[in-house]
Amino acid sequence: MPLTPGDPPHLVRPTDGRLLSGVAAGLAEHLHLPVLKVRIAFVLLCVLGGFGLALYGALWIFVPAQGLDDEPAGLASANRGGRRPRRAVRPDDLGQLVALGALAVGLLLLLNRTGWGLPLTVTVPVLIAGAGLALLWTQADASERAWFNSGSGGGLSAVSGTGERPWVTVVRVVGGLLLVVVAVLTFLVGSGRPSEIGSTILLFVVVALGLGLVAGPLVWRLLRQLEDERRERVLQQQQADVAAHLHDSVLQTLALIQRKADDPRAVMTLARAQERDLRGWLFENAANNEGTLRGALDEAAAEVEQAHGVPVEVVVVGDRPLDDGLHAMVRAAREAMVNAARHSGAASVDVYGECADDLVEVFVRDRGRGFDPDDVPEDRMGLRGSVTGRMERHGGTARIRSAPGEGTEVALTIGKGADRPVGDKAAEEEQ
Amino acid sequence: MSEDSPRRVRVVVVDDHAMFRSGVRAELGDAVDVVAEAEDVASAVAAVLRETPDVVLLDVHLPGGGGVEVLTQAAAQGSQSRFLALSVSDAAQDVIGVIRAGARGYVTKTITGAELVQAIERVSDGDAVFSPRLAGFVLDAFATGEAPSVDPELDRLSAREREVMRLIARGYAYKEVAKELFISVKTVETHVSAVLRKLQLSSRHELTKWAADRRLL
Repeated sequence: MPLTPGDPPHLVRPTDGRLLSGVAAGLAEHLHLPVLKVRIAFVLLCVLGGFGLALYGALWIFVPAQGLDDEPAGLASANRGGRRPRRAVRPDDLGQLVALGALAVGLLLLLNRTGWGLPLTVTVPVLIAGAGLALLWTQADASERAWFNSGSGGGLSAVSGTGERPWVTVVRVVGGLLLVVVAVLTFLVGSGRPSEIGSTILLFVVVALGLGLVAGPLVWRLLRQLEDERRERVLQQQQADVAAHLHDSVLQTLALIQRKADDPRAVMTLARAQERDLRGWLFENAANNEGTLRGALDEAAAEVEQAHGVPVEVVVVGDRPLDDGLHAMVRAAREAMVNAARHSGAASVDVYGECADDLVEVFVRDRGRGFDPDDVPEDRMGLRGSVTGRMERHGGTARIRSAPGEGTEVALTIGKGADRPVGDKAAEEEQ
Repeated sequence: MSEDSPRRVRVVVVDDHAMFRSGVRAELGDAVDVVAEAEDVASAVAAVLRETPDVVLLDVHLPGGGGVEVLTQAAAQGSQSRFLALSVSDAAQDVIGVIRAGARGYVTKTITGAELVQAIERVSDGDAVFSPRLAGFVLDAFATGEAPSVDPELDRLSAREREVMRLIARGYAYKEVAKELFISVKTVETHVSAVLRKLQLSSRHELTKWAADRRLL
C-alpha cells in the first residue's frame, strides 16, 4: 500500500483490479471482505428498492480514486513513463460483471412478477438513467486519470479526457446525456403522459441554455485555473523524474565507486559509463537517435568501452537512418574498436563518422603500438575478415593504415545506396 | 608551444563548482600560475580585469549569463586576456556560442592534466585549440546549409580548412595533421585560426540577416 504507517487508512477506489469504478474493490479492501460478497450485496441492495444504486453512486462521487500522487517519486515517474505493468481487466472479471448484471436483471423481473418490487415503468427509466450517469462519470474518472498522465498535452485535452482519443470523450458525454434524456422520456411514456414530451424537451433546452449562461463564465475560469495547476503539476513531475533518474543512476554508481575505491580500473569504467548515461539523458534532444548511424556508433562504443575498459570517444557529423550497408559498417567499426582496445595498448580510441550527401565514412583511430600491415600476424585475421571483408560484401571499402609505433587507423567508406562501390572516389578524395 | 618561456602562464579558473576548480588547480600543479578563481559572471569579469591573466579557463554554464556573458563584458571593458572554454556540455550551441563570442578554443572536462597544460600554453601563444568534438561541431555547423550565405567566400570553409578540421575530428594532433597534409604545424594553426575567425564572422552575418529580415536595419 502507498500509505505511510502513521496514516489512518483512507478509503480509496483502486485503479487496479476494478470492474466499473472500483467502489466495491475499495470497500472490500477497506472492510477486509471478499470483493465478490461486496458486489453481490450491492446488486441485492440495488434490486430491493434501489438503495444500492444511490449508495454506489454516492461512493463513486465522494470516494477519491487512488491517485499516482500517493506513490513515491520513482514509482510515479515509472508509471507516467509506462514502465510499470498495469493490471488489465481479466476475462473472468468480465464474466463476473456479466453474471452480476444478469443476476440483477433476473431478480428485478422476479420481484416485478411477484408484485413486491417497483413497477417496470419506474425501474426501466431508472436503469437507463443509471447507465447514462455511469457513462458520464466514467468520463469524469477518465479525465482525472488523464490529468496525471498527460505530460504536455493542451489544457483542454487534459480536462476533456484522454488526450490521444478525443472521440471516446465525445461518445461518452453525448451518449450519457442522450441516455438520461431517453430515460426521462421513457418514464413519461411509461407513466401514460406522452402528451408532455414536447414541453419536456422544451424544458430541457431552456434549462440547458440557462445553465450555460449562468455557469459558463464560472466554468471558463475553472478551466483556466485547472490549466495553471496542470502546468504546476508538470513541473513537479519533471522534478520527480529528475529525482528518480538521479536515484536510479548517479547515486547507485557513486555507491559502487565508493565500494570499489581500491580498483582504479573499475572506478574508471563506472565513471565513464555513468558519464555517458547522464550525458545522453541531459544533452540528447528528445528525438532519440535510435536506428541512426550516430546512435549505433555511440552504442557500439559504449559496449566496447564497457567490455575492455578503454575510453572510446565518438564524434559524428551529420546523421542518417541505418540501412543494410550502414549496419555492416557499424559492425565493422565495432570490430575495429575492439581490436584497438584489445591489441593497441592505447589509452583511448577515437571514432569519427561523417555523413556526406553520397558518402558515409567512419574512422577508428588509436595511438597505440601499431603494426606493419604487410606483415599481419595470424591473430589479426579478424580485422581482415570481419572489417575488410564485411565492408566489401556491402559495396564499401576498408583501408587500414598502421605503422609500428604510430598507432592504427581504420577508414571505412560506403556509398549512399550501399550497393554500388564508391571506393575509388573515396580513396581519391582522401589523397 | 611557447619559446622556452621563463615566465609561467598566468591563469584564471572560472567555474561555478568549487570541487571542479580545486580539481583543475591540482591537475595544473606547478605548470601554470593560477592567479584567481571565480564562480559566476560578475566575479569572473572582476577577476579578469583585476589580474589581467594570459589565459582564462572558462566554463560554458555559469550563473549570471554563462560564459558568453563573461566574454562580452570582459571584451567590452578592454580585457586582452585569451579565453579557453572548458565544458562538460555536449550541446553544440553552447560550445559554438562561446567560440563565436571570442573564445580561442574548447576542450572537454575529461581532458587530462598534461593536455590541459598544453592547451593553455597554446592559447597563451595566440593559437586556437580545438578538441575533436569541437571540430565535429564546427563541421556540422558549416555543413548544414542553413547558414545564410551573405558572403559565400567568408561563410564557407575552404577545402583545406575542412580537411584540417576533419583530421582534428578524427583525433589527430596538430603535429600529425601537419605530417598527414605535408604542411607545417604553423600552417595548420593558421588554418585553425581561420576557421575560428569564420565561425565568428558567420555569426555576425547571421545576426545581420536576422536583423534585416525583421526590418531592424
